[in-house]
Amino acid sequence: MNLSQFIPFLPEIFLAVAGFVILLAGIAAGRRGIRALTIAGVAALAVTAVLTWLLGRPAGGPEVILGGMLVLDGFALYFKLVMIVASAITLMMAAGFLERSSYGGGEFVALVLYATLGMMVMASGANLVSLYVGLELMALSQYVLVGYFKLEVKSNEGAVKYFVLGALSSGILLYGISLVYGTLGTLDLGGIRDALGAGVSGNTALGLGIILVGFGMLFKVAAVPFHVWTPDAYEGAPTPVTAFISVGPKAAAFAMFLRLFAGAFAPEIHSWRLVMWMAAALTMIYGNVAALTQNNVKRMLAYSSIAHAGYALIGIVAGSVMGTWALLLYMLVYTFMNLGAFGFVILLETRGYAGEQISDYAGLAKRHPGAAAGMLIFMLALAGIPPTAGFMGKLYLFSAAVEAGYIKLVVIAVIMSAVSLYYYFRIVLEMYFRDGEEDVPAPLARDRWLEAMITLCVVATLVIGVWPAPMVGWARHGLIALGVG
Amino acid sequence: MDFLQHYLLNFICYLPLVGALLIIFGINRDNVKAIKTVATVVAGLDFLISIPLWFLYNPAGAEFQFVVKGEWIPKLGVQYFFGVDGFSILLILLTTLLTFISVYSSFTAIGHRQKEYYVFLLLLSTGMLGVFMSLDFVLFYVFWEVMLVPMYFLIGVWGGPRKLYAAIKFFLYTLFGSVLMLVGILALYFYNSDGLAAVGLPGLHNPATFAIPELYKIAPHIPPQLQFWVFLAFFIGFAIKVPMFPFHTWLPDAHVEAPTAGSVILAGVLLKMGTYGFVRFSLPLLPDATVKAVPWVAALAIIAIIYGALVAMAQKDMKKLVAYSSVSHMGFVMLGMFALNEVGLKGSILQMINHGVSTGALFLLVGIIYERRHNRMIAEYGGLAKVMPLYAMFFMVLTMSSIGLPTLNGFIGEFTILIGVFRANWTWALFAATGIVLGAGYMLWMYQRVFFGEVTNEKNKDLKDLNRREQWTLIPLVIVAFWIGLYPKPFFNRMQPTVDRVVQRVEVALHHPDDAAQRITEITGSAPTGTDQGAGE
Repeated sequence: MNLSQFIPFLPEIFLAVAGFVILLAGIAAGRRGIRALTIAGVAALAVTAVLTWLLGRPAGGPEVILGGMLVLDGFALYFKLVMIVASAITLMMAAGFLERSSYGGGEFVALVLYATLGMMVMASGANLVSLYVGLELMALSQYVLVGYFKLEVKSNEGAVKYFVLGALSSGILLYGISLVYGTLGTLDLGGIRDALGAGVSGNTALGLGIILVGFGMLFKVAAVPFHVWTPDAYEGAPTPVTAFISVGPKAAAFAMFLRLFAGAFAPEIHSWRLVMWMAAALTMIYGNVAALTQNNVKRMLAYSSIAHAGYALIGIVAGSVMGTWALLLYMLVYTFMNLGAFGFVILLETRGYAGEQISDYAGLAKRHPGAAAGMLIFMLALAGIPPTAGFMGKLYLFSAAVEAGYIKLVVIAVIMSAVSLYYYFRIVLEMYFRDGEEDVPAPLARDRWLEAMITLCVVATLVIGVWPAPMVGWARHGLIALGVG
Repeated sequence: MDFLQHYLLNFICYLPLVGALLIIFGINRDNVKAIKTVATVVAGLDFLISIPLWFLYNPAGAEFQFVVKGEWIPKLGVQYFFGVDGFSILLILLTTLLTFISVYSSFTAIGHRQKEYYVFLLLLSTGMLGVFMSLDFVLFYVFWEVMLVPMYFLIGVWGGPRKLYAAIKFFLYTLFGSVLMLVGILALYFYNSDGLAAVGLPGLHNPATFAIPELYKIAPHIPPQLQFWVFLAFFIGFAIKVPMFPFHTWLPDAHVEAPTAGSVILAGVLLKMGTYGFVRFSLPLLPDATVKAVPWVAALAIIAIIYGALVAMAQKDMKKLVAYSSVSHMGFVMLGMFALNEVGLKGSILQMINHGVSTGALFLLVGIIYERRHNRMIAEYGGLAKVMPLYAMFFMVLTMSSIGLPTLNGFIGEFTILIGVFRANWTWALFAATGIVLGAGYMLWMYQRVFFGEVTNEKNKDLKDLNRREQWTLIPLVIVAFWIGLYPKPFFNRMQPTVDRVVQRVEVALHHPDDAAQRITEITGSAPTGTDQGAGE
């Protein structure tokens, strides 16, 4: 066995080793070492990012490594970097939160790193098996993270629901994979694409397999009707974990989604497009309508993230080059705006589970004008109002769908984004138009790391919204290798 | 000079934004005096630097002038593209003037959270100016939505008792309209470039662009079916903004609850964005659909005129009365526009300005009395002419301007519209004239109840007359009202090219509904070559 073939896999190897080291160091350091371990984790992610950047751009175009298991291309590079950034921001946001709670230690950092590792494998998987392994690594880490506050009932409840339904969906996914393998005789994405392109369509088992794989993926991105785990898991999980699972794993799931459906299954688009169309429409409608009545901010953001998965699905329905890079851009934009919004929830949670009700935001603008202005920008971005990144992301997605002729879907999407403004602005309304109940306002916890991360997200959201050209170029560059570019 | 030509629009648009940033980061929130000074100076300066547009614009020159152009989002072909013609210049001047007046008139009316207030007012100004300057559809859309946010806050924070409801209603109504408009924009965009293959619509394969002047060129090629849907999408967006019956219900709420300056801007500028959209986009881009829509729009406009006037007559609250009079007046503007002839359009555009001036001023006047008494009920007053003679005089002049007395601006606008409408359809003119009579009725009746007779209410005995600052917020508007009333020619001259463009296109669609080649020849002035790949497909 030639060891040099593992060199392109070095970033992932490094991340795995770093995770183990931090896990072991955490045992020794205990709860006092949270900050130091977080720094170590962020440093490990930074090194991984640099390695990915150096090794992830093969000179001769996309390169298949490890016997066809993984592929290095612009698409993988793009998603890996987005995920690493999301994980690093999460760790920085979580440090102060964990210190204030009665939990935390090295295993938190290590779990985030393992989840990131799984996501990286998902982004560059070239084989159904490697994709599945990456997915499970990510998912298992997430189940533990959701239940991380092990003495809180809500946290446990969320984790158990997430785990049971996650396991079920993995089963569905595997069953679909087995049907695809049974009919085509290959697990290699390129091979599947070639076989489908050569015209094996019309096979019921194959069609069923593709649909089942689609169902599994819809579960992972929290699309209706496979979304029921989302609100409970989001509400129950410690807020930094909620922030994390709402962006990183979602981006990873969409990366895998694209690998499968814009890549391998693209020749069979006529057999799954309608399903995705309906899933996108239902997801947007249900997510937005259900969010209207939520009084818990985390639950509201959970439904909002369901709705955003619906918007993102438009890119898959479009099935075009433009749809794919619009989705890539959207994942980046969504990462920043959603992390920022959750960052504020963390900022307000000075102790335990406080700061989760929408009414807790009352009068925030008067007491903390800077914080309120930041939250306002994230709410505008999530609702897709310019000049924020959220608008740019939606503009590209909707353009892609109109180009592909899915005008009805776009009409649903734009009406639903108008609806979404109502619930996002319920928070704005509390912050700006109402006074808080208490005479002496509770001071916001001073957490410089968290504030720095929120500022970063604000800046990114505004800059991409005003000057999107560089990011668009990068996202577009990312899919030259996918087989659609 | 060249420098001026290139950057003037940028300066005008972003000066208020710079002022807002200066206030946010440079001034402590307790230093109210400095905040007011900066806001007033910035708004005043913005008005001053927008005045050269009036003189430097050449009606015989290029279609759009003072053009600023650059790539913005290259992959989609979105440009940063500013430019103005005579029509937008009039609205820009109206905007900068009313912004200055709004800032200047708010000194005593706004007592809390003043820093945020002036910041939002200045941000609103940048958003509105951007709407009138943008010649790229996406840029236009961006400003169109950006402007909603500060207005939402102005109503929601500094508004009346039902401000929360009014603010979100305003935002959601406008947003619903505008997102559908976005779909229409995208459909046009793809028709111009690659086409919408999935719905069986081949494109024209021009370079992808959202630039309005480019899209004007393809207007005659757009198939009627597509025109219908795009027109509908635009119509909802613009009609909500105007607001046309039956989309008007947000307006009384927003107007009544908004603080005075908010109402002034709302009536003066925001409503004009709807009519601006029709004249700038719907009519010249979609002439066939426009011609087909005439009976429907005219019917809605007439309903708005009569209904708005009747409801205004029944109001007990002065501000509500002025708000419903807006519905009626904007109905006039729409009716004149959809007469689709030169005179009607000119009257319509002029009446946009007139409505901004007169109704803006009336809201200011209602605000002034509200500040003194914290009551707007007509029944609370009576005999004010004795207590506040100056106030009564201003109110009289602007009432007359609103109901269209000769020598004042309203007369010119309404008269021109009536001529245009009469040429198109005399029964419409009949209804419109009824609206004028009703308008005179409710305005004069209110004036009589508030100002004439004896002072019956003890509380009104010691009301102070207008102070110097209040006078100066009104005087510019009175001057403009007389100017338009006595010598409207410079205004008509400046809007001529815009009107010509619209009329030419619409008349071709009117006279050659089925002859695409003929239409193309008449509009481009040459035989169909080059740009008409789509016609043959």
